Amino acid sequence: MGSLSIQNVKKSFGKVDVLKGIDLDVKDGEFVVFVGPSGCGKSTLLRIIAGLEDATSGTVQIDGKPVNDVPPAKRGIAMVFQTYALYPHLTVKNNMGLGLKQAGEAAAEIERRIGVASTMLSLEPYLERRPAELSGGQRQRVAIGRAVVREPKLFLFDEPLSNLDAALRVNTRLEIAELHRRLGATMIYVTHDQVEAMTLADKIVVLNAGRIEQVGAPMELYNNPANTFVAGFIGSPKMNFIDGARLGDTAKTIGVRPEHILVDPNKGDWKGVVIHAEHLGADTNLYLDTEKAGRITVRLFGEYAAEPGTTLYATPVNARTYRFDEAGRAIAR
Amino acid sequence: MSTATHSPARTFAAHAVLIAYTAIALFPVLLIVINSFKSRNAIFRSPLALPTPENFDLIGYATVLKQGDFFLYFQNSLIVTVVSLFLVLLFGAMAAFALSEYRFKGNTLMGLYLALGIMIPIRLGTVAILQLMVASGLVNTLTALILVYTAQGLPLAVFILSEFMKQVSDDLKNAGRIDGLSEYRIFFRLVLPLVRPAMATVAVFTMIPIWNDLWFPLILAPSEETKTVTLGAQIFIGQYVTNWNAVLAALSLAILPVLVLYVIFSRQLIRGITSGAVK
Repeated sequence: MGSLSIQNVKKSFGKVDVLKGIDLDVKDGEFVVFVGPSGCGKSTLLRIIAGLEDATSGTVQIDGKPVNDVPPAKRGIAMVFQTYALYPHLTVKNNMGLGLKQAGEAAAEIERRIGVASTMLSLEPYLERRPAELSGGQRQRVAIGRAVVREPKLFLFDEPLSNLDAALRVNTRLEIAELHRRLGATMIYVTHDQVEAMTLADKIVVLNAGRIEQVGAPMELYNNPANTFVAGFIGSPKMNFIDGARLGDTAKTIGVRPEHILVDPNKGDWKGVVIHAEHLGADTNLYLDTEKAGRITVRLFGEYAAEPGTTLYATPVNARTYRFDEAGRAIAR
Repeated sequence: MSTATHSPARTFAAHAVLIAYTAIALFPVLLIVINSFKSRNAIFRSPLALPTPENFDLIGYATVLKQGDFFLYFQNSLIVTVVSLFLVLLFGAMAAFALSEYRFKGNTLMGLYLALGIMIPIRLGTVAILQLMVASGLVNTLTALILVYTAQGLPLAVFILSEFMKQVSDDLKNAGRIDGLSEYRIFFRLVLPLVRPAMATVAVFTMIPIWNDLWFPLILAPSEETKTVTLGAQIFIGQYVTNWNAVLAALSLAILPVLVLYVIFSRQLIRGITSGAVK
């Protein structure tokens, strides 16, 4: 239980088409991440799955049953929101129990499920507190707990980590990954952060301007991006795009990831001058102005002593360059 | 922060302006209250003086209370004000919720239409309202007043509350929907408590004009059983002789209930006014 199927879902707000025909299948137990720039429609798609928004056309099926006319509470879903959205007037315990109470679950069963969820998320000391008395990280754990007690077919996460600070974000990310492993539930997760997408997902759905650009496992997207958009969106720093004509290639655009370029002080393909260097300890990012390929980014592992003004030669790893045609689509190697 | 914004001269100037305004606003009220405790002669001879043991006189209050029906007038005013206030807040909040929460055709137009009443005074329609009340047999009932005051208070209530309700987090309402709360419970249990300061603001702005109104009680409900306090006080104002002691005493008494209601709402009101600034 817990599969999702979306067929040709479109959504317009007035004259603006936000989703232009989305088809997607999610298998039971999968962790799927919707990723894309802001305004790409990923949150709208999630809200349509949740039933908070009606699709203009198309069908949504959960466990093989169309749910277009089913209200959110009856869809067997639970959602975690970016702003936590805890009920300010209820204690942590009642926040978690409200949905079950509404569904008419027995008090003992509610108690049991809250017990299980609060142990899982170490929320026991806070059960009698109100949301205002909790920190941001604790509130988000309560919000996740509220989703867990419902034992839904489908977990929906709407940018749950965006309001947390960097350290907490890594921890909560880990907790969500553990939760998925432990419950084996189907999860759909929306984010604009490609790192969250890469680290959590079984399957990433890259959206852009209301369309799916590519669906695949994280490494598949990294190694075989279908087009320049996916190639540029997945991976950090961003892939270098170089005009094919400059390099004497038939392809319109050549893409090389910064980590797939070697540098040497004496010899190489592209001679260039260091414009700026970012020393991160584990990595060093160099920005080079090259004669042949223009401005490129190079990512080197470990420390590398190079200051602005230094002349270096950069050489792309040929097996790992990508070629794209006029329309931005990848040309098969 | 630069020190300029906290210089003593500026603080002093700001306080001087505020104190001056307070004095001007309170002066007429104070004048009414002190004169209500004086004898008739003293009111005319030295209207600005405080009551002294020689001219202290409760004759005004005695007249008002002897008039007998004054408690009824008070009761009428209270019923009209409280019921109208309740209806304005309830329906105003509901309309505001619909306007801010749901997308439907003509949403903006509907909002503008509902706000139109802020600009067009309801008194312009007095003749039509009177005809309506006569036709429906509501003349000389408190219901007539309550209906008119509810209509009068709604535009501002809808306007202010819909602005505040737009700020209530969508995620919270959606969380309620996913947990299976009905739209009514989302409205009453989640949204209303969060806009309480705005409700208090609306309550105060709605309450005062209703309590003070003379126009509609005079036209729609002038009978003895339905008179309000402001209308009741008029019996002491004659064409040739005005019983100033009684008028001033009646007005002083009329201040008390609004003062009580104001104190109830004021803490919320202050929070409402400053909420945007502090966040």
